[in-house]
Amino acid sequence: MEKRVFFKGWWLPALLVAPQLLISFVFFFYPSGQAIWNSLFLPDPFGLKTEFVGLDNFRFLLSDPYYLASFKTTIIFSTAVSVSSMALGLYLAALADRLIKGAGVYQTLLIWPYAIAPAIAGVLWLFMFNGNIGLASYYLKALGYEWNHTLKGDQAMFLVILASSWGRISYNFLFFLAGLQAIPKSIIEAAAIDGASFWKRFGTIVIPLLSPITFFLLVVNIVYAFFDTFGVIHTITSGGPEQSTTILVYKVFSDGFVSQDLGSSAAQSVILLVLVGILTVIQFKYIERKVHY
Amino acid sequence: MVEKKRSGYWLTHFGLILGVLFIFFPVWLTFVASTVTQDAIIQPPLPIIPGGEFFENYANALFRGAPEGYGARVPVMQMMINSAIMAIGITVGKIVISLLSAFAFVYFRFPFRNLCFWLIFITLMLPVEVRIVPTYEVVANLNLLNSYTGLIFPLIASATATFLFRQFFMTIPDEMVEAARMDGCSPMRFFIDILVPISKTNIAALFVILFIFGWNQYLWPLLMTTDPDMQTIVMAIDSMIPTGDDFAHWPTIMATAMLAMVPPVIIVVSMQKFFVKGLLESDK
Repeated sequence: MEKRVFFKGWWLPALLVAPQLLISFVFFFYPSGQAIWNSLFLPDPFGLKTEFVGLDNFRFLLSDPYYLASFKTTIIFSTAVSVSSMALGLYLAALADRLIKGAGVYQTLLIWPYAIAPAIAGVLWLFMFNGNIGLASYYLKALGYEWNHTLKGDQAMFLVILASSWGRISYNFLFFLAGLQAIPKSIIEAAAIDGASFWKRFGTIVIPLLSPITFFLLVVNIVYAFFDTFGVIHTITSGGPEQSTTILVYKVFSDGFVSQDLGSSAAQSVILLVLVGILTVIQFKYIERKVHY
Repeated sequence: MVEKKRSGYWLTHFGLILGVLFIFFPVWLTFVASTVTQDAIIQPPLPIIPGGEFFENYANALFRGAPEGYGARVPVMQMMINSAIMAIGITVGKIVISLLSAFAFVYFRFPFRNLCFWLIFITLMLPVEVRIVPTYEVVANLNLLNSYTGLIFPLIASATATFLFRQFFMTIPDEMVEAARMDGCSPMRFFIDILVPISKTNIAALFVILFIFGWNQYLWPLLMTTDPDMQTIVMAIDSMIPTGDDFAHWPTIMATAMLAMVPPVIIVVSMQKFFVKGLLESDK
C-alpha cells in the first residue's frame, strides 16, 4: 500500500530517517556484524591475538554436550512456559467472556502483572520457595516434601517455569479475551439452539476460531521464554544447579562475560540470531495470511 | 448470552477469583514481608497479615539501605531516579525517532527509500540479549559505560514503534495532506500541527508499553553500570540477595521489590485503556 499524495524533496526525508538509521547502524548492524565476524575466530587465552578458525566454533559447539544440554533445557523450558501460561490465560479469558457485567473489572485485576519485571517476579517466587524462610517450602516440608531448588535440578526448573509463566498469564489473557470477544455471539447462539453444550461449542467453534491468535501467541511466548526470562533465571538459579536451568541466552551471557570465552559466545549469538530469524519469518508469514483473509 | 443458570454464574466468578488470587498472592506476601521485622521473617511461617514496620522498612530501603551487618548498604532512591530517567529516555527517544522516520517513509519518495525501510525492518528481529557482547564493546569503546546515554541508546535501536506509526499513517485519508498542501502547508508544519496531534492515542499506547519495557530492563544495566550511582532498581535487587541467604535483610529487600513494581503497575492500571489498545495493535 502506498500513498497517492506525498511531499516533494529528498533532503528533508533523509534528515528525518537519519537518527533511526544512525542508531541502528551503531547499536545494531555493527554489533551484529561483529558477532558474526567473531564467531569465526578463536582468541588465545591471553586475549593478545586471535586466530581464524572458520566454522570450528560452530562445529565445537554442536558437539559440546553442555551446549546440547542447554538446547534441550531451552526447549523444555520454553514449551512449559508457553503452554502453561497460555492454558491459564485461555481458561481465565473464557470465564471472563461468559460474564455480561464485570469482565472489565477482572481484566484490571488480571493484567497488571504485565508491568512486573521478570527479575522482580524471580525475587518474589524465590522468596516464597527460599529453603529457610519461604512460606511454600515451609508448608511443603510440613507435608513431608523436601524442597531445595539450589541442589535439585528438577525443582529449580519447576520454579523458574512457575515464575516465568506467572507474569505472562496477563498477556495471554488479554489477547485471548480480545479474540473471544471478537467471535460473533450469533454463531454461539445458533449452536446453542441446535442443542450443543458449552464444551461442545467451545471445542468445535471457539477453539478453531481462536487458532490464528493461538498461533500468534505461541510464537510470541516462545520468543519471550527464549530471551525475556533472563532476569528470572539470573535471580533464582543463575543457571544452576549444575547448569540444569541454563537456557541458551543465559549461556551466551555466562560464556561471554563470566568465562570470557568470546569465540564460543559469538557463535552462540549467531545461532540464536538464526533461531529468532526463523521465528520472525514464521510470525510474518502468519500476519500475511491474516491480511489475505 | 446463552445459558443463565445460577450455578454456572457463581462458578464463573469462583474460577476467576481463584485466578486473581493466584496472580495476587506472591505480591501480597511481598507486601507483608515489607511491613514486618526481620525476626518475623526468619522464623517461618511468615504471617499473612501486614505488620507495623511499614514506614521504617520503606525509609530504610529508600534512604539508608539495610541495617548494619547485612551486606552492602545501598539506598534505592537514586536507583529509582536512574530507572525513571532510563525508562523515560527510552520511551521519548523511541517515539520521537519513530515518528520522524515513519513520517518520511509514508509521506515522501526519496532515493534508497526501500533500502532504508528494509534496514530498519531487520532490526525488529533481534533483542539486545542476542548481540549483547559486541554491543557492550561498542558502548565501552564510545566511553559510554556508566552513563545515561549508554543505558538508553542501544535499547532504542528497534523498529516496533516505527511500524506502528507507519501503519497508522497509512490509514489517514489522503485528503488531509491534499488540503494541507493546497493551503500552502510545509511538510514539517503538517507533521507538527496535524500528524502528531491525531497520533495522540497511539503515542499514549506506546508510552505505556515502552515505559514498562525501559523500566524493566535487567541484563543491559547489569553489564553497563559498575558505578553504584548509576544502577537501576530492577538490576540492583539481585545484588541485595547474598548467595548465603543468612545475611539478607528481607524486609528491606522486599520493600525494594515493592518500590520496583509500583511505578510500572501504576502506569499500566491508570492508562489501561491505551495500554490494552496499544498492546493488541502493536504486537499483531
